[in-house]
Parts: sequence; C-alpha cells; structure tokens
Amino acid sequence: MKNFLLSAALAVVGAVLYGTAAVAQDQAMSLDDKVNQIFADSTGWFVSLIFSNFPGTSFPWIVAWLVIGAVVFTVYFGFIQFRVIGHSIALIKGDYSDPNDAGEVSHFQALATALSGTVGLGNIAGVAVAIGIGGPGATFWMILAGLMGMATKFTECTLGVKYRNEYEDGRVSGGPMYYLAKGFEERGLPGGKILAVLFSIFCILGALGGGNMFQANQAHQQISGVVGDYPGWITGLVFAGLVFAVIIGGIKSIARVTEKVVPFMGILYVGTALIIIAMNYHLIGWAFGQIFAGAFTGLGVAGGFVGALIQGFKRAAFSNEAGVGSAAIAHSAVRTNEPITEGYVALLEPFIDTVIVCTMTALVIIITQQLVTDPETGLYLLNEAGTSVRTIGDTSGVGLTSAAFGSSIGWFPYILAIAVVLFAFSTMITWSYYGLKAWTFLFGEGQTKEIVFKVIFCVFVVIGAASQLGPVIDFSDAAIFAMAVVNIIGLYALMPIVKRELISYASRLKSGEIKKYQ
Amino acid sequence: MSGKFVVGFDGSAPARRALDFAVERVRAQGGTIVLAHVLEWSPYSFLTPEELEERHKRRREEMDRAKKAIISKVVTELEDAGITVEAEIRYGKTHDILSRIAEEKNAVQIVIGRDGQSSLGARVFGSVAGALVQTAPVPCTIVP
Repeated sequence: MKNFLLSAALAVVGAVLYGTAAVAQDQAMSLDDKVNQIFADSTGWFVSLIFSNFPGTSFPWIVAWLVIGAVVFTVYFGFIQFRVIGHSIALIKGDYSDPNDAGEVSHFQALATALSGTVGLGNIAGVAVAIGIGGPGATFWMILAGLMGMATKFTECTLGVKYRNEYEDGRVSGGPMYYLAKGFEERGLPGGKILAVLFSIFCILGALGGGNMFQANQAHQQISGVVGDYPGWITGLVFAGLVFAVIIGGIKSIARVTEKVVPFMGILYVGTALIIIAMNYHLIGWAFGQIFAGAFTGLGVAGGFVGALIQGFKRAAFSNEAGVGSAAIAHSAVRTNEPITEGYVALLEPFIDTVIVCTMTALVIIITQQLVTDPETGLYLLNEAGTSVRTIGDTSGVGLTSAAFGSSIGWFPYILAIAVVLFAFSTMITWSYYGLKAWTFLFGEGQTKEIVFKVIFCVFVVIGAASQLGPVIDFSDAAIFAMAVVNIIGLYALMPIVKRELISYASRLKSGEIKKYQ
Repeated sequence: MSGKFVVGFDGSAPARRALDFAVERVRAQGGTIVLAHVLEWSPYSFLTPEELEERHKRRREEMDRAKKAIISKVVTELEDAGITVEAEIRYGKTHDILSRIAEEKNAVQIVIGRDGQSSLGARVFGSVAGALVQTAPVPCTIVP
C-alpha cells in the first residue's frame, strides 16, 4: 500500500512536470486545448448515438424514453407521488422506525446521502444551461419532469432495497445491477445478467462523466470566475489530490466535513434565492408569465417550444437522476423490513432537487433579467451562433447563475463559489462510490481492483477540469442517460413486483398491522 | 423500599461514583442495578455512502466493544459481590434512553454522575444531567 501511494504521488508530480513542460513547449496549443481536443474526438460517437433524434425531427429519443417511463410509472402506481407525501414525511421523522434499530441507517440518512449526490451542480449550472438554451419556458417542462420523475424514483429505490445484498459481515450493497440480475431471475425473465453488466459499464462512465468531469469542470469555471483565469489542470490536480485523500487515503474527516456543510449550503442557497425573489416581488407574476408563455411558444429561443421542452426535460433528468438508477445504490443501505418504505422516502428526492432547488435557480435567472430580450417584440435574442439566448454578461452555465445572484447581492458569487466547490466535491465522493459499486460488480471485490478504479477516477478529475464545457457536458449527459436506458427496461420488467409490495403494505398500514412507534 | 436503579454508566470516574452510590443503596435496601450504557447517536446525522454501507457492521462492532470494554467487567464484579444486575446497551440521546429504560423496567430511580465542570459548552448545549432532570419519569440522583 505504501509503495503504491508513493508511486501514485510520483505519478502526480510527473503529471505536473509534464504539464509545465508542455505549456512551455507548445505556446500555440495549451494543454487544456489538447485535452479538450482528444476528449471531444474520442467521445463524439457515443454522444451522437445517445442524443440522436427521431427521424425527421429534432427530438432526441432518449428524452422521450425518460418522460414516457416517468408517465408510465406515474399512471401504473396511481399518481403515487401526490398521494403518499404525508406518509413519506412520517417515515423520515422516524415515526415508524423501531427504536431498537437505533444506530442503524435511518430513512433520513439514506435520503440525505442520496440527495447530496444529486443536489449540486445540476441545480446551479445545469439549470442555467437549460434556461440559456431553452429560455424561461424550459423551467415549466423541468418542473413537470421533476414531478413525474418522483414515480420513477419510487420504483427504482423500492427495488434497490428489495434486491440488495446483505453480507455476512454486515455490509449492505444494492442498486440496479443487483435488482436487474436477481429480479429478472425471480420473474423467470432472460437477460437480467446482461442488463446488469451493461448498467455497470454505463454507471462507471456516468461516474467519470457527470459525477466527476462535469463537477470538476464547473468547479474550475467558478473558481477562475472569482480569482481570474488560470489553466484548468491546476484546479484538476488540487481536486484530484483531495478526492485521492478521501477515497484512497481513507481520510474520512474531509468527506465528513463536506457531508455536514453541504446541507447548510443547500439551505443557504434556497434561502438567498427566496430573498432575491422577494426583493423583486413585483416581477414574480411576470416571471411566471414568461415561464408559461415560453413553455408553449418558446418566445424566440433556438428550436422554439420543442427546444424549451427538450432542455427542461434533459436538465430535470440530469439533476434529479430519476430513472438513472444511481440513487437506488445509496438508498439500499437503509434499515427496514419493508422495501416500499424507502420508495416512499426516495420519491421526495426529485421534489426537493428539481421542483424546489432547480426552480429557485431558474426564477432567480429570469427575475434578475439576465436574458436579453428585444424591447419591441419581447422575444429573446440569440447569440451570434444562434444556439442560445444572449445573456447580459455573455455568461453561460454556472457563470450565468453567479451573475444572476450577483446582480442582486454583490457578494453572493463568493459564497456561491464556495458552495459550488463543495457541491462538486460531495457529488464526486458520492459518485466515486456509485462507480466503485458498479466496478466491483463487474470485476469482483479486492483491494487492488478497487484502487485501480479510484486512481482512474482521480485522473478524470484533472481531464474534466481542463476540458471545455461543451464536450464534457455532452459526454456526461450521454453516459448518465445510457444508464437510464438499461435501468428503465429493468423497471418496466420489475414494476409488478413493486405493485405487489405497494398493495400489501398499503393494506397492512390501513388495517393497523403496521403501527407507529412514536 | 426495593426496586430497580438505572445507572448511566460509561466507564468514567463520575459514572463509577454514581454506580458506587447506587450499589450502596441496593445493599442497604435491596433491589437491582440496571447498568445502562448509551452510544450517542442521531438518526438525523449525515453519513457518506460508504458509511451507509458499513453502518450495520460498525454498529455490531460498537456494541461488542462497549460490552467487552465497559459493561462485562463491571457486571461480573457486581455479581461477584452478590448484587443483582442487568445491563442495557443502546443507541440514542443519553437522557432519552435513560428515561426510556427507567420506564420499561419500572425503575424507582435514575442515578448518574457528573464531572462537575460548568463548561461553556454545557451552558450552551445543555448537559446530560440538566436534560435528564427535566425529562426523567422517575426521581434522579446526580452524584457529584
């Protein structure tokens, strides 16, 4: 182990030296540009496969796939997300938890950990991307997708708990790879193993993409926005070092501090957004008007209302990860004898993530009027390339959110920069775990195997920070959506099992067989 | 008057004083010592995904350790001295759990020690003794 740490440290030093030398040698093309070029070239085919449109339209099939899934689950479970919120909250409060299980993972803890993996840059930067390209109307579709996605999350997290592995030594592992393999076998369906393997491959890519490179990239953009421009690989190395310390060095204290600070950052973020909205209260009606009008007409954005719809759906899915299957991994560790209870709890996740936090970001951007409109027609003006709405400071992604908050509260971009870095970091830690679980599902457990994955993960932090936003965000989306392709096939096949659990639980709850402890 | 004495016990010197006090009472009037060890725990704390995975395992280890290092020795010692003793190891907030055990066991009294420091921390966040006195279902003795 010590030898390994040493060689890893040498490798990092080597990378720094190489980076410095490369910069010195090649003034014309910086290291960042090179990384970006190689990255874009090698992932382009995958991105175009996932985001290919229905023939003759500009509607990506993957977006339809997710939305149809969410609608099917919503209808199949009788609009579960609007019926059981009260019970969900009672479960989180611990009303139904056996006091003798104190010290085990509570519903609250499973939800909080899963949330720390989803609430993050998707809510801050992703929404800004959606609004930038799709205009305010994207917000409407994003909220709708968030509400529907609650049913998807309910389904996958119930299955995650039901088919988890509980090992002799007391550890618990679960997630789509387990329910795909075990659930299909139980129902006598073929192909479960293949789907589980496919899911694991995409989960590793998703962990390296959305769970890593996108985070590193946006964290760098945020930091350089505050302290001035500097090469991305520097941020990458610092982040990689910290991630390395936590996931390989086992320095839990760093992770623990982040896990504790992140929820407060989240509350601070929503609180500040509410203050800004309140400061501009006279514009609230107008903002919602823009959201509704934009949702159905597009108000001049690229791609019209379909553009708004696609952006809204895409960002919601990317942000709350409903249907992606990632959260099922975190939720499956909860202590309960009723898998369905974790489904009840998990369905709050898209609500908190998308319907509350994402909407706050969108409202702040709209209400502070960062998007440039034509004063005569009221339509949004596009940038020169015609790909997105022109913004006041020519910003996009997290820069746009930062500018929006900064226009009302001058010092907030500094807080936001800290929040973004922490969110990015906690998401990386969570996703490194998701990726690792998929990796060990494929290759088996073992210290060397696990360290190989962890080192790869750290290398991708540097690549992500050095790349341009475009290729990174494309690849991140593509990998995460590829997970959803496999996962949702599995959810369709296994949803009758969830229904059976639901009916049984609901009747026992009604008859009083399942009782409150407090 | 005989009955059960719940003693909050964490192996520290003040806890030992509380135990000795309770043992004296039991010797004089008869009764049982309920040795209660509480592992501080909140179901609302934040854990990393890795900690979630290992929680059940860790809990088992923590319970074992508490039993071996803190409780077993004292139980044997008391039993050898002819005192009837029960032991409880539980997770939660100390004052809550002590009150709950007292209720479940129909105890006559809760006995805990205190370290006698009125630190700033205790003023701000409250001490176990303070919280217990406020919420206990039975009389409490705080042994200085």
